[in-house]
Amino acid sequence: MSNTPILSRRTALMGAGAALALPAIQPAWAQGAPIKVGVLHSLSGTMAISETALRDTVLMMVEYANSQGGLLGRKLEAVVVDPASNWPLFAEKARELLAVHKVDVTFGCWTSVSRKSVLPVFEELKGLLFYPVQYEGEEESPNIFYTGAAPNQQAIPAVEYLMSKDGGEAKRIVLLGTDYVYPRTTNRILRGFLNSKGIGNADIMEEYTPFGHSDWQGIVSRVKRFASEGKKTAIVSTINGDANVPFYREMGNQGIKAEDIPCVAFSVGEEELAGIDTKPLVGYLAAWNYFMSIKGAPNEEFIKLWQAYIKNPKRVTNDPMEATYTGFRMWMNAVKQAGTTAVAQVTPALIGQKLMAPCGYEETMLPNHHLSKPVLIGEVQANGQFNIVWKTPNAVPAENWSQFIPENANRKKG
Amino acid sequence: MKRFLLSCFLALLLMTSGRAQEGFVAALPGLGASFGETASAVEKLGASGDPRGLPILKALQDGTLLRAGDGRILLGQGNAAVDAATGAAAPADGAEPVRLNNRVRSALRSALGQLQLLSPDATERAAAADAVFRSASAENIRLIDTALARETVPAIKEKLRLALAAAQLAGTEAEAKRQAITTLGHAGSTEAREILLKAKAADASLAAPIDVALTEIDRSLAYRRAAETFVQGLSLGSVLLLAALGLAITFGVMGVINMAHGEFVMLGAYATFLVQEALRGTPFAPWALPLAIPAAFLITAAVGALLERGFIRHLYGRPLETLLMTFGVGMVLQQAIRLGFGAQNREVISPPWMQGTLLLPGGIAMTQNRLWIILFGILVFLLVVAAIRFTRLGLEMRAVVQNRRIAATMGIRTGRVDALTFAFGSGLAGLAGVALSQIDNVSPNLGTGYIIDSFMVVVFGGVGSLFGTLVGALTLGIINKVLEPYAGAVLAKVFVLVAIMLFIQRRPRGLFALKGRAAEA
Repeated sequence: MSNTPILSRRTALMGAGAALALPAIQPAWAQGAPIKVGVLHSLSGTMAISETALRDTVLMMVEYANSQGGLLGRKLEAVVVDPASNWPLFAEKARELLAVHKVDVTFGCWTSVSRKSVLPVFEELKGLLFYPVQYEGEEESPNIFYTGAAPNQQAIPAVEYLMSKDGGEAKRIVLLGTDYVYPRTTNRILRGFLNSKGIGNADIMEEYTPFGHSDWQGIVSRVKRFASEGKKTAIVSTINGDANVPFYREMGNQGIKAEDIPCVAFSVGEEELAGIDTKPLVGYLAAWNYFMSIKGAPNEEFIKLWQAYIKNPKRVTNDPMEATYTGFRMWMNAVKQAGTTAVAQVTPALIGQKLMAPCGYEETMLPNHHLSKPVLIGEVQANGQFNIVWKTPNAVPAENWSQFIPENANRKKG
Repeated sequence: MKRFLLSCFLALLLMTSGRAQEGFVAALPGLGASFGETASAVEKLGASGDPRGLPILKALQDGTLLRAGDGRILLGQGNAAVDAATGAAAPADGAEPVRLNNRVRSALRSALGQLQLLSPDATERAAAADAVFRSASAENIRLIDTALARETVPAIKEKLRLALAAAQLAGTEAEAKRQAITTLGHAGSTEAREILLKAKAADASLAAPIDVALTEIDRSLAYRRAAETFVQGLSLGSVLLLAALGLAITFGVMGVINMAHGEFVMLGAYATFLVQEALRGTPFAPWALPLAIPAAFLITAAVGALLERGFIRHLYGRPLETLLMTFGVGMVLQQAIRLGFGAQNREVISPPWMQGTLLLPGGIAMTQNRLWIILFGILVFLLVVAAIRFTRLGLEMRAVVQNRRIAATMGIRTGRVDALTFAFGSGLAGLAGVALSQIDNVSPNLGTGYIIDSFMVVVFGGVGSLFGTLVGALTLGIINKVLEPYAGAVLAKVFVLVAIMLFIQRRPRGLFALKGRAAEA
C-alpha cells in the first residue's frame, strides 16, 4: 500500500473530479467531519515567489487524496492562511490553524526563521508540521517532520564533489552567502568539514552580503584574486533569492567561466532559473536532492500530476515541491496505518515510512524526524534545467546534528 | 583553396607529431564513456595535433557530438549525422549527446587551443593562444614556436610569447625557465602570478627568481587594484547619483519628502521592460535600451505629475503627512506592479555592447555595463544642470522656490511649475530605472533598496545643491568600495551610515550648504 503509483489511479482521479463537479452523484463520505490540512506558506511579501508553488503543491495533494476516496473514509479539506513573509505573523497564523481551525496536520514554512517562530506553537498545542525545505540542521522537534535536506545531505557532499577529480580538485574554497542564519550556520559546518580535510583557514574565504545585494563587482574581483594563488579554487554559494542574478551576471562580465572557478549553489533551483537568461550560467552547479530532469516513472507521475493540476504544461517542479509531495504521501500512509489522524498515533506511524520518491530513490523517515535522501549535483543547462553530473549511489540518512559543530560532540546519537 | 590550406596545415602538424594517426583513432572510443574518459580522450585529440579532431571538439562544445549505443562516435544530428572515424553517413537513431562537465570543458579548451593555434582566423588564434597559455604544458613548446614564427598580428604574438614562457617554465631547460620567469614577471597579470606560484610549488630551486618576479607582479597589481577600486567606487557612485538626482529635485529643490521615489525608479525599469517587449521581433529591437530612455522618462514623469496634482499639492507645508501619503502611494504602486506583472523578476536583456569587460590602459579591467552607466550618469547630471540654468522652466522653477508670491505676481503660474518640477524629478527617477534594469533585478521591490541611499546622498551633499548631490554620490560610492575589502559588504554599509550620522552632527546642512532657501544650478 505504501507505494501506490499515482498514474495508475489517474483514471480514478479524473472520475472523481467529474463526480465532485456533480453533487448528485457525489460519493457519500463516511460519517465524521473532514480531515483538515493546514497550509502555512507566505502568499505575499518577499517569500511569495518561492512559497506560492508550495501552497499549490499541498492543494494538489489534497485534491489527489480526495480523488482516492479521502482518508479513513473522510474527505480532506485545506485551510490556507497567509503569514505574508512576516516571521511573528507565522506564529500567530500557526496558532490560528491549531486552536481555531483545529487542523490535523500542517504543511508550511520556508525560511528557517519562520520555522523557529512556529516551533514553540506546534510543541505547545501538540500539532504536526511538515517542513519541506533544505536547512542548516541543529534542530529536532517531536512535532515537526523535516522532509528537506540536512547539511550532510546537501552541503557536505557538494563540497566533497568540488574536491574530487571530476569536480576540479579544489584546494581553496570561497564561501559566499546572504547574511542570515542558514548561510552562516551552513558555512560554520563547512569550515569544520574543510579543516578536517586539511584545508586550512588561510585557504577559505568567507563573505556575506545583504538580501537583494546587486553590486558584486568588488566581491567578484576579490574572488578572482583569491583564486590566483596557484591553487584550484571553487565557490560554495549560499546566496539566497534574486541576488543570484546580478552575481552570476557579474561573474560572466568579468570573464570567469565555470571551468575556471566552479561554483555550486544551494538555493538556485528550477523555479529561480525560470525568470532569467541561463546561457551565461551554463556549467555552474547546484546541489539538491531532486531535479526535474530526473528520469523514471515516479518523477514522471509527479510532473504529470503537477502540470495537470496547475493547467500549465510548462510549469517546472523543484526540490521543496518534491519534499512537500513526499511528506504528504508519507503522512497519508501513516494515517492509514494508524487508523486515525491523532498526532500522538500518527507520529510513531510515520517513523520508518518508506516511499519511492520522485527523485528515483526509496526514502525512509528516520527516528530523528528527517528523511534519508540521495544527493545529486546538477549543472545548469541553456534551457534552465539541470544535467545531473554526480549522485550518491544510495539515499543518505540525515544527520541533523552536524559532527562538524564542536558543541554537538556530547550529544547522543539518534 | 581551403582544402589546400588544410592539407598544408595537416602536413605541418604531422611533422610536429608523428603519432597523429594513432592518437586520433585511439582517442575516439573514450568520448562519452565517462567524464574522466571523455576528458582524457579530448586531451589525446589535442595532443595528436590531427586536424580531424577539430570538428569533433567543436561539435562537443556545441553539444552535437553523439555516441551511439555500440560506442561509435557520430557528428551532427538526425539523418545528417556522419561517423566521426570514417566520415560515412550514419543515422543517429538512439545516439545520446556526449555530455560535458567542468573537467571536460577545461580539457576541451586546452585541446581546442592546441588545434587552433595555427588557424587562419585571427580571433580563433587569439583565443587559442590564451588557452595554451592557461594550460602551461611543456608539450606545447614546439607548437608555440611554430605558431610564433608564423604569427603576424602583434597582439597575438604577445600572447604567444607569454604562452611560450608558461610552457617553458613547465619544461626542463634551466636557461629557458629563467627567461620565462622574467617574461611572466613583466606580464603583471593574475594569470601569470598563478602560473609562477604553481611552478614555485613544483620546483623549490626556482623559488628565488620567482619571488623576484612575484614582487614585480604584485607591485603592478597593487596599483591596478587601487585603480580598479576607484573605478568601482565611481560606478557605485554613478548609480547613487542617478537614483538621487530625481530626489535632489523633488526633495532638494521642492522640499517634498517623496517616499515613493524608489517606486518611480522601479516604474522606469518596468518601462524599459515594456519597450523591450514592444520592440521584440522588430528591426528596432537592438535599440530597445536607448529608446527606453525617453519612454521611461515620460511614463514616470506622467505618473509624477498625476501624484503631484492629485495628492501632494494639498499637503504642501505638512512634511509628516506628505511622508505618510507618499509611503502609501509607494506601496500601492509596488502592489499594482506585482498584480500586473507578477511577483517574478522580469528579464531585461543587455545589448551586446554592454556585456563583457573592457581593458582600460594599464590593464585596469572594467565591466562594460558599469562603464556605460558612469557615462549615462554624468550625461544626465549635465543635462539637469543645463535644464535648470538655461531653460524657461528652470528659471521659473528657481523663481518659485525663491519666492513663491513674488513669482506669482510676475505672472508665473506657480501651480503649473510645481507640477512640472515634480514631474521632472520623477522622470529622472525613471531614467535611473533604465540604468538599474541593466545591473539589478527588475522586480516590484527594486526601488526599496535605493530609497534610503538616495536620501542619504541628498542630505550628505546638501539639500538643494545639485553639485552637492554629485560630490556626495561619488564620495559615498568610493568610500563604500574602499571599505568593502576590509569590512565586508554588510559592515561597509554600516560604517558609511555611521560616518554620515557623525558628519551631519557637525554639518547639519551637508557638504554644500545653501544660504537661505535658494535653489541653484
